[in-house]
Amino acid sequence: MGRIEEKFDELKGKKEKALIAFISAGDPDIDTTKSLVLEMERRGADIVELGVPFSDPLADGPVIQKSYLRALKGKTSLKKIIKMVKELRKKTDVPIVLMSSYNPVLRYGEVKFVNDAVISGIDGVIIPDLPPEESDNLCKMASQKGLDTVFLLAPTSDDERMKLICGRSCGFIYYISVTGITGARKSLSDNIGRMVKKIKRFTDLPVAVGFGVSSPEQAEKVARYSDGIIVGSAIVKIIEKTGQDRKRLVKKVGKFIKGLKEAISPTNRQKI
Amino acid sequence: MRNSLPDKKGHFGIFGGKYVIETLMPALNELENAYHEAKRDREFHRELHKYLSEYAGRPTPLYFAKRLTEKLGGARIYLKREDLCHTGAHKINNTLGQLLLTKRMGKKRVIAETGAGQHGVATATAAALFGIECEIFMGEEDIERQSLNVFRMKLLGAKVTPVSSGTKTLKDAMNEALRNWITTVRDTHYVVGSTAGPHPYPMIVRDFQSVIGHETKLQILAREGRLPDYLIACVGGGSNAMGIYYSFYNDKKVKFIGVEAAGYGLNTGYHGASLAKGKVGVLHGSKSYVLQDDDGQIKPAHSISAGLDYPGVGPEHSYYKKTGRAKYVSATDKEALKAFELLSKTEGIIPALESAHAIAYTSKFAKKLNKNKIIVVCLSGRGDKDVNQVAKFMGEKL
Repeated sequence: MGRIEEKFDELKGKKEKALIAFISAGDPDIDTTKSLVLEMERRGADIVELGVPFSDPLADGPVIQKSYLRALKGKTSLKKIIKMVKELRKKTDVPIVLMSSYNPVLRYGEVKFVNDAVISGIDGVIIPDLPPEESDNLCKMASQKGLDTVFLLAPTSDDERMKLICGRSCGFIYYISVTGITGARKSLSDNIGRMVKKIKRFTDLPVAVGFGVSSPEQAEKVARYSDGIIVGSAIVKIIEKTGQDRKRLVKKVGKFIKGLKEAISPTNRQKI
Repeated sequence: MRNSLPDKKGHFGIFGGKYVIETLMPALNELENAYHEAKRDREFHRELHKYLSEYAGRPTPLYFAKRLTEKLGGARIYLKREDLCHTGAHKINNTLGQLLLTKRMGKKRVIAETGAGQHGVATATAAALFGIECEIFMGEEDIERQSLNVFRMKLLGAKVTPVSSGTKTLKDAMNEALRNWITTVRDTHYVVGSTAGPHPYPMIVRDFQSVIGHETKLQILAREGRLPDYLIACVGGGSNAMGIYYSFYNDKKVKFIGVEAAGYGLNTGYHGASLAKGKVGVLHGSKSYVLQDDDGQIKPAHSISAGLDYPGVGPEHSYYKKTGRAKYVSATDKEALKAFELLSKTEGIIPALESAHAIAYTSKFAKKLNKNKIIVVCLSGRGDKDVNQVAKFMGEKL
């Protein structure tokens, strides 16, 4: 069993929901990313998602676009990120998932990527612009080596695509809560619960919901309908705003994570 | 017979495909279905043909460039006059087709990216014609160098949204258009302007543009009684080139030459020559040759012509390069400027800076050929939009 499956099982036993925290690797630098991963785990993140910076990320809003540019200024690359995770693995067993556009992975080489990712202790990969139709090669190698390939479903997906993607995804299903790109939203769709329920008809995998979830209130609401929530832009925004003071930055992100975890904890959900 | 590519998944050999986020996949499938239905529908063809002839001014002439031929002293040079299309470039062939598809799909709004502004103008024009809401994404740098086209789009009722991310050119305009489409996909059709982007776009745009080659074939046969030896066209994303090539695909004696933008020079790092200098990658939803670094980050392109200032290229061109069906060469900014003047002075035709790249290579190449050889150059657009920019380069104050 991989770390991701183990984590979801463990949470299920405790009737808890997963908090999946996204940051861009290398923003503002690789060392700070390491500290952030450890601090986020300590304060309640169940799974850490690391964004691989890309010059032209199509599914991302301005907050993550800018964070990728900051990371690229520091010459962050997929190679450096894989090396960083290897070092992190001496200190933590938190499940780590990479989120990357397809081109950096393709350039790195799919075979080499899967091998190096698994050796370094990366548990899964999400490639938003690699739909199941184009993923045969990567999925075959990933399943041989034990790297979870997580696929996304969207509000626009019909039953047929749900079936296709549920049959292809490993680790969990990433449900995109909004018809749109990443970034905070004032309000979220009322349809999330209904869609998650529908997805569950096609799979026993956990369903985590992301894109637009940015506040503890939204986290609480979405956690009610799903097995986990994914928060990205809201964390990255804190990093953007805090800027140069690394220590303060790590502390602030940790505090925000704690707030999110509390919001989705069973005791809190019972109160509401 | 033409080639039967792409395959069902949208692949041209290893190139092409659909590399987009799930949110867009249903819309691409819907578009593919709508297109296949339209292709089988006689009424659709009749309507498209009506607009192409009565509105866009097709067929465009195939013109024998006598003075240019004499001046160069080699092969006989014909110009396929896409510059005479309504709106001033071949782009209208595709936008009329796609707007008819938009109507069929019942969508209320279209968006498009534009570099030089020609595709933006052509989309805004077709949208005005069919009464459909239109928003065009354009890089801030291109807005600067193509201000005339910006005003034309506004005049046609389109909203022009400046894009300030990245290099502020065509690549970033396409990023922003795709991001907007992810949000508005339920009621909006994205009118991709080149043979690029995810399947089915490279196929649809090629098919709508293939009218160029189809006419050329009939015209050259009527005029010369035989097929040409060479077809020469500029290649950015590659729609005018694919448009003139496609009908000749199986006429193996007809050689295809595509001219990419060499910018300051192929070895300076400032160019738009994805086929010459790129590596296989995925940009804007399809696999093709892409200008990128060793980490897979997209490198900025450069060209004096906004329409060729793009780090990618249509997947079918990558396939033609790999299989050797077409040969790809390049022309620098300077050579394009020289050709811009050359054609203006010898033939009284001011070409678009994009098309001037095709003329630039032709002017070197034709000299080396016998007088009995025939070259057809796709003159994809007219240069009115570039006059301000060229004047600036020549130190003229307007």
